[in-house]
Amino acid sequence: MASDDVFRQILDPAGRADPYPLYAELRETPVFRREDGTWVVSTYREIVELLHDPRISSDRRNLAHRPEGDVADGMGGVSFITTDPPEHDRLRRLAVRHFGPPHSAGRVESLRPEMLAITTELIDGLTGHTRADLVDEIAYPLPVTVICRLLGVPREDEPRFHAWADAVVESLGPGEEDRAEREQARAEAISKLQTYLADLAAARRDAPGDDLLSGLVTYEGPEGRMSPVEVIATSALLLIAGHETTVNLITNGMLTLLRHPELIKRLRAEPDLIVTTVEELLRYEPPVHFLSSRVALADIPIAGTTIPAGAPVVLVLASGSRDPAHVSHPDTFDPDRRYSEHLGFGGGIHYCFGAALARLEGQIVLQQLVNRLVNPRLVEDPPPYRPSATLRGPRHLLVDFEAVNPASP
Amino acid sequence: MRVVIDLTRCQGYGQCAYLAPEVFTMHGDEAVAYDPEPDDAQREHVLRAAAACPVQALHVDRNTMRHWTAPVRRLGDGSGGIVRDGHIVIVGGSLAGGRAAGVLRREGFTGRLTVIGEETHEPYDRPPLSKQILTRRVPAEHARLPRLREVEADWIPGNPATGLDLATKTVRLADGREVAFDRVLIATGTRARPWPNEAEAALEGVHVLRTLEDATGLREALAAGPERVLVIGGGFTGSEVASACRELGLPVTLVERGPAPLVGALGGVIGRIAGGIQRDHGVDLRCGVTVTALEDDGAGRLRRARLSDGSTVEAQVAVVALGAVRNVEWLRGSGLAAGPWGVACDAGCRAVDVNGLVTDDVFVAGDIARFPHPVFHYQFMALEHWGNAVAQAEVAAHNMVSDQAHRWPHLSLPVFWSSQFGINIKSVGVPTLADQLVVTQGSVAERRFVAVYGYKGRITAAVTFDQAIWLEFYQRLIERAAPFPPDFRHVDMRRDTGPVPAEVPERALAGEGATVVVTGHDPAERSASLLYGGEA
Repeated sequence: MASDDVFRQILDPAGRADPYPLYAELRETPVFRREDGTWVVSTYREIVELLHDPRISSDRRNLAHRPEGDVADGMGGVSFITTDPPEHDRLRRLAVRHFGPPHSAGRVESLRPEMLAITTELIDGLTGHTRADLVDEIAYPLPVTVICRLLGVPREDEPRFHAWADAVVESLGPGEEDRAEREQARAEAISKLQTYLADLAAARRDAPGDDLLSGLVTYEGPEGRMSPVEVIATSALLLIAGHETTVNLITNGMLTLLRHPELIKRLRAEPDLIVTTVEELLRYEPPVHFLSSRVALADIPIAGTTIPAGAPVVLVLASGSRDPAHVSHPDTFDPDRRYSEHLGFGGGIHYCFGAALARLEGQIVLQQLVNRLVNPRLVEDPPPYRPSATLRGPRHLLVDFEAVNPASP
Repeated sequence: MRVVIDLTRCQGYGQCAYLAPEVFTMHGDEAVAYDPEPDDAQREHVLRAAAACPVQALHVDRNTMRHWTAPVRRLGDGSGGIVRDGHIVIVGGSLAGGRAAGVLRREGFTGRLTVIGEETHEPYDRPPLSKQILTRRVPAEHARLPRLREVEADWIPGNPATGLDLATKTVRLADGREVAFDRVLIATGTRARPWPNEAEAALEGVHVLRTLEDATGLREALAAGPERVLVIGGGFTGSEVASACRELGLPVTLVERGPAPLVGALGGVIGRIAGGIQRDHGVDLRCGVTVTALEDDGAGRLRRARLSDGSTVEAQVAVVALGAVRNVEWLRGSGLAAGPWGVACDAGCRAVDVNGLVTDDVFVAGDIARFPHPVFHYQFMALEHWGNAVAQAEVAAHNMVSDQAHRWPHLSLPVFWSSQFGINIKSVGVPTLADQLVVTQGSVAERRFVAVYGYKGRITAAVTFDQAIWLEFYQRLIERAAPFPPDFRHVDMRRDTGPVPAEVPERALAGEGATVVVTGHDPAERSASLLYGGEA
């Protein structure tokens, strides 16, 4: 079947630089069944429907045929990303309590000065150079520092869990054939991360700080509290997600802007423009391309076919956001779009937990890079990509520039 | 700057409250409250919040409610059949009228546009009046809707229409002026149903809540710290007022004629849940009784109310929340099928005359429009919902400037919401068209659930308490006439009980309508007319 070949090409790292023409081919069959029994959904309307369909589970234990060795809790235990309501709702509420409204409404906003200071310091570090790898020097360190600060993880331990987070992320993705093997690799990395976080959680329980981890271990309310296992799973999830997604937003963002030099000029002159630029990036070059661990709980009639109960379902978010039936001129990068709805953070009850944080980080760092790098140019286009088709972004992004402007006061 | 959230679209993601916490606040899991006219210092934050809304329900400085990201497909020759010239008169300058004006210009109407309004100020948003404005979280004057003034139109405020002459195509105004039109939109909406005893209604401390002035007056009365507030009527407005009072720490008694609050809209099963929530929040809820008299203190101020069970309630403030009366009096004698039930129209918002004939140039939208809904047995329905006013104004305005090959039907399902006691209640479909309901997702005990309503074996409505994110799924089931009860496996399935009787009230009939009389024999001379009480 043609679509199966297309999907194999999408997963092939050789095509990582531009999967979008392949997505267009996928959309010719909005919902199709792969030979391995996975159902792939690639059009906007159908993806949004399934994101809001209570017959779709995020818990792989509901698969009719689970591959041997499938651990089902790919992010390290029971966290809200791999559970369904009511467990999902309870865990997410207990986590949001320490991160967002209504109980911690100003928390993300309150991190802004610190984000700006970290960004300033990182870009200051480029002074005197005329070439930098924006992945290693800016896009990776910023979100890691922020998530460590937020979660209460010592920054100096970062090299230890960097490797674990990478291993977890590279094993994510659609496809059932080698899943058991990948899950095995992931399980090993996760086990180490869990041991690390368990020690940290114990320390926070004894001496709580103002960080999220302290909140998770100490809070007890009408709904009870997070169990120690849940605390570790939740903090592992936040740590990994905080590590591996925003980096792509920032690098995909700089890459896109450097391909549109006229926008760099505009961004210097129009301070409000960065807000819609980041939204358009989330649509046009999103950090996360697939949601690949969903399961149908019942037969779901959709787009002229029926996804059978127990089948694995892959939602190709990045394809949906480029669906011409949803958005005009989908392959044009246009930050002036009005009312742009996109799938950059997914949708439904599993909508990205850290969306607000990622947006602010993206807005701050891209604005600062645009303002401070003098005449920036791409060294190679396309840049080398990380292997993951799911969390897609450059491994390195080498940029030449003439000088670094001082930070404006 | 002006802000409005289309709460019909809002799914409670809360992203606005992350990014502009001074302007948008979450109450409970899902209900959002906001300042509709935030300080300019908040501009950056508000723009970030608007861009971040996952369903793009947040509008800043624009009177746009419907938005396409894909190109609008037009049939036929591509011109869209747009009628660009002439004089369009909109009677009614609130949500539906204001919205229609904006849509007309957006659709390409370049002729003369006149908006006639009863009230003297710009269109404002009513939902905040029973919520954040009563609790003084935002000033009352902040409720104005974004930028109708930017729509190029002649604006005639404070001058209600008093008559419509279809033969000469003119609207008469209170000051005697006559305004001629080529096409007219009737969007005069409703007003609060007053307390039936005029002398008692005039007592100091007796309030209704419909307009900005009403809200300002009630807000001042509540700020004075009355020892108790009496709310008469347990519909959405009454329940929201009770919620605001409790938020202000005021003792409140709510008197509801039916067996529970919200029964008229949601039926007895859900009404009892709402009643439990009210009691948990300290509302003194009295159901199955009515207020028989409001008594003064000898100085023209409210002192106490007498109830039908013989008891009394000492209160200095009473809020009469007995529903709305449609503003149709000015259409009497116009030849349109207008009455207490609204102004009848077809699914394309064209008004129907007393003979049941569809007019060409008279359109209706908003609370006042009574239209046949194909999904609900072609019953004529008038929906007093914010989302309906917006959607119907959109369709009416489009059809006013489109030829017949390009007209749209108003087919959107009714959706409404209410936030009270920290809970976001949303509904899709027609819950009163039901014989049974079943709680599909969530838990009534936790007060987070989805209740699905069925009528004769198909799904007709769904109501969510803090579960709005699932609403569109159930909307599709209703649109596809899916079988009731739902028989599929899904997440959060805690079905302790099967379907139960929905306990929806018997359909209330308008008691004060005109009598329809048909006369004549030949098809050419047969006609209907409306006889009002006392007329021969």
